[in-house]
Amino acid sequence: MAVISYREALNDALREEMERDESIFIIGEEVGEYDGAYKVTKGLLGDFGEWRVRDAPIAELGFAGLGVGAAMAGLRPIIEFMTWNFALLAIDEVVNAAAKMYQMSGGQYNVPIVFRGPGGAALQLAAQHSQSPEPWYAYVPGLKVVAPATARDAKGLLKSAIRDNDPVVFIESEIMYNLVKDEVPAGEYLVPLGKADVKREGSDVTIVCHSKMVHQSLAAARTLAKEGIEAEVVDLRTVRPLDVDAIVASVRKTNRAVVAEEGWPVCNVGAQVVDDIQREAFDYLDAPVARVNALDVPAPYAKNLEKIVLPNAEHVAEAARAVCYAG
Amino acid sequence: MATESTPLEGMPREECVELLRQMMISRRFEERAAEAYQTGKIGGFCHLYTGQEAVAVGAIAPLRPDDYVITAYRDHAQAIVRGMTPGAVMAELYGRAAGCSKGFGGSMHMFDKSLNFLGGHGIVGSHLPLAAGVGYAIRYRGGDQVCLCFFGDSVVNIGAFHESLNMAARWKLPVIFLLENNGYGMGTDVRRVAAVRELKDRGLAYDGLVSLAVDGMDVLAVRQAVAEAAERGRAEKTPTFIEARCFRYMGHSMADPAHGTYRTKEEVDKWRSDDPIAEFSRRLVDAGLLGEEECEALDREAVEVAEASADFADKSPFPDPEEAYSYVYSDSYANDIRRRDAWRKEFR
Repeated sequence: MAVISYREALNDALREEMERDESIFIIGEEVGEYDGAYKVTKGLLGDFGEWRVRDAPIAELGFAGLGVGAAMAGLRPIIEFMTWNFALLAIDEVVNAAAKMYQMSGGQYNVPIVFRGPGGAALQLAAQHSQSPEPWYAYVPGLKVVAPATARDAKGLLKSAIRDNDPVVFIESEIMYNLVKDEVPAGEYLVPLGKADVKREGSDVTIVCHSKMVHQSLAAARTLAKEGIEAEVVDLRTVRPLDVDAIVASVRKTNRAVVAEEGWPVCNVGAQVVDDIQREAFDYLDAPVARVNALDVPAPYAKNLEKIVLPNAEHVAEAARAVCYAG
Repeated sequence: MATESTPLEGMPREECVELLRQMMISRRFEERAAEAYQTGKIGGFCHLYTGQEAVAVGAIAPLRPDDYVITAYRDHAQAIVRGMTPGAVMAELYGRAAGCSKGFGGSMHMFDKSLNFLGGHGIVGSHLPLAAGVGYAIRYRGGDQVCLCFFGDSVVNIGAFHESLNMAARWKLPVIFLLENNGYGMGTDVRRVAAVRELKDRGLAYDGLVSLAVDGMDVLAVRQAVAEAAERGRAEKTPTFIEARCFRYMGHSMADPAHGTYRTKEEVDKWRSDDPIAEFSRRLVDAGLLGEEECEALDREAVEVAEASADFADKSPFPDPEEAYSYVYSDSYANDIRRRDAWRKEFR
């Protein structure tokens, strides 16, 4: 199997899907001539032309809504947000239009659309460019929310998202575009939405995570193994649908859980995961579930402060030790 | 506004009568809806179209069945004029299973895919980008349809308006942006909040977009303006921005007064005296195209249609309680969303 980057995996997924289905087009800022702000759409304009790879004005609400209308008229748009921070300008079209159309029309207009772009913190981008948007969208019935951690998953999940008949919020990562590289099968494969993946098996504690925190959690698991604690790392891959079965199965096995994510602590993905664990695995728990997240503050610029604010592998290991009553 | 009406010459009698009939049905339908609202048959927000009939009827008349229509929340008349049965629209207002959106949408969300009627939308301005997207899809497939997009005067001040006109003009998307300027965004005189004397001038900023104003109380004037815009859209893909100047007789919604702090009774009465239906009836009678009795018969028929729509709505069942989970997702995840509610008695 070839080792490719997270960025290349996404580019491959876009290209393969656009070759397969002529109704797919991409619209976003810098996606065409510039080859993408983060080069995810590299080379696509030359291969597919401007109607299928459309450079948009800086008008997130406008081009997100354009995608919704095009989807209602039978196309399958992919909306690239340069980052999810800018997508806040378009949240009305995502939430009020895309997510609601199917139900509001009594089942007449489903909206097959993918909203994608990088989320989360990168390096010293400060408060307005370092946010994790998953909970804002996962809250909304009608949306699906995907946040892959590996190149393999990124490709397979993006292909599934594009083929999905409902609106999908697809959250990538600026940091992972280049740093994450892993083995990707040759040729066609899909990763289904709504299925978590056990990235590491373990018997002592379950670490539930997604996106960048999967790598921090795997690093934590390696540290913990040296201390005699075997952690099971459950990568959610999609936040909605949430794979409650996979979470519960793991917790019933390990009896302890840590939920790790990069976003803020209030009303986040972890809050939901903890609720599902207490609903369905309460009697299996040997300790309260611990949560690892960013501090409850906007991301600061200063390097040392940002490091304190963002969660890392050591925080995950510390939380795992706590629920195991170790160390 | 022009005091001269658009001439009747060249208009076939049948077409004139049809325009009048549709305006009368729209009027009587809204009157019946107001009654049903007052007796509690209709809930939520209910925005009536009374007074603006010439705009919907004139604008939809020149469209082809394969064109698209999208609108805001004052959408009952547009839905009917586009071809929905008054019964399906009234049943939607009543929140019944036989409603055009199966009772999920209500007053603000009339949809009919078979008529390319892409809905009433409830967030001011946010359906304009959707209209641009429909225009994009038309161009993408190389079609010659157009998308007609209705909206109110308050939209000219929101970003979505400019983002949509800009994209439509830049990429030549065949969209007809039809502003129904009834003078007031809810209870605010549009002149108090828009820094532009003529709303149509908001379109002048965009190269490749044709902007014009039309008398929205004159059904033939609206019809002609939209017919020309549709022709431009089909042949050259040129988008058009039309300001149709009109007036709503009722309050913003059924919950609001027709006049009071924001406008006077005299102003409402003045516009009512220039009523689009009475005026068009008079013109048809004067031109010898229609007898006064025929005119009255048409109106009686409209009253009956409205009444029949209410009867139909009343007889339609409410949606099945099991439908509460319907149409949120189009795949098997639709079943999984029940999981967290499984404790509720009615779902056991």
